[in-house]
Amino acid sequence: MLNWVWFGLLATGMFFAAAGGNMEQTTAAAFSAASDAVLLILEICGLLCLWMGMLRIAERSGLVDVLARLISPLARRLFPSVPPQHPAFSAIVMNIAANLLGLGNAATPFGLKAMEYLQTLNPQPDTASAPMITLLAMNTSCITLLPTMVISLRLSAGSAEPTAIIGATMLASSIGFVFALLLDRAIRRREQHRGR
Amino acid sequence: MLRQLSLFMVPLLLVGIPLYGVLKKQPVYELFVEGAAEGVQMALQILPYLLAMLVAISVFRASGAFQALAGLLTPLTDALGIPAAVLPLALMRSFSGSGALAMAADILQQEGPDSFTGLLASVLQGSTDTTFYILAVYFGAVGIKKYRYALTVGLAADAASFLSSFIICLLLFSG
Repeated sequence: MLNWVWFGLLATGMFFAAAGGNMEQTTAAAFSAASDAVLLILEICGLLCLWMGMLRIAERSGLVDVLARLISPLARRLFPSVPPQHPAFSAIVMNIAANLLGLGNAATPFGLKAMEYLQTLNPQPDTASAPMITLLAMNTSCITLLPTMVISLRLSAGSAEPTAIIGATMLASSIGFVFALLLDRAIRRREQHRGR
Repeated sequence: MLRQLSLFMVPLLLVGIPLYGVLKKQPVYELFVEGAAEGVQMALQILPYLLAMLVAISVFRASGAFQALAGLLTPLTDALGIPAAVLPLALMRSFSGSGALAMAADILQQEGPDSFTGLLASVLQGSTDTTFYILAVYFGAVGIKKYRYALTVGLAADAASFLSSFIICLLLFSG
């Protein structure tokens, strides 16, 4: 599927560029996106190193296991195929907690660590496993308690009430979050019935 | 309260984790460096996945295909009474985080942050994350190439957040 999505984006893009006569601009955009990707990775890299270093300490000192044991009753419902008290649970919890608190740049490293743990349980290393997709469903539709970025954006646009949207954002985001989890669960169950 | 918690959370973790390690008699510095080295590897591992996605998305945007897609969906949103300015933002939200942020800023400037359109754009921007980016980074980090139904779930959830943002804003702000 991803092959088609990726090719589709490129091909329809190039088709429209040819039809609309902005081929030059589109090519330039492709090149600048490629260098932007490198800059973005450099930015992520520092934070990844910092949090991966912290996580290694947490792992070896047993903190990860303590946390995993604490939350395993809840997490087991969301990730039924992950063995109880697996260290993946602690990374998942830190990932969700960081998302909730709006610490986006800490959420990613925790999430990636969780992916790493889940990959060790994955029978097909090039294919997404069910718990991985659940984790991604949680992250793409993340619940935000405090949309700091939007608030500062509203403030700079001269809003009389920059925080007026907090309640609505929380609610909309929770609905998206619950919907994502329910849909993920429905598809997972259907695939299980088909014997995958 | 929440802001205070966010403020103290990071320093607490940065001191608390090594403190726990020291109490457990672990070589904290050595472990940190070891883990950090893994961070470098992971970042390099993600790069090709992220680059592939960002290039395809930027071609789609710069060529005018994105506006065409938005144009295609306009009758649908018009029928529901969703402000025309918000639709491109809702679509962009799934594709590009920086693109959506720029669009949201533009809407707030043009329509006013406290107008219905401005409020809806704010809620929309804050209530979901960039699906394509998250998928590329998370799957890239562990070398997953076949996403199965992950994209379907992500995009369907984006659509659900968009519709619920609109309904919630209608209930709360138009009246």
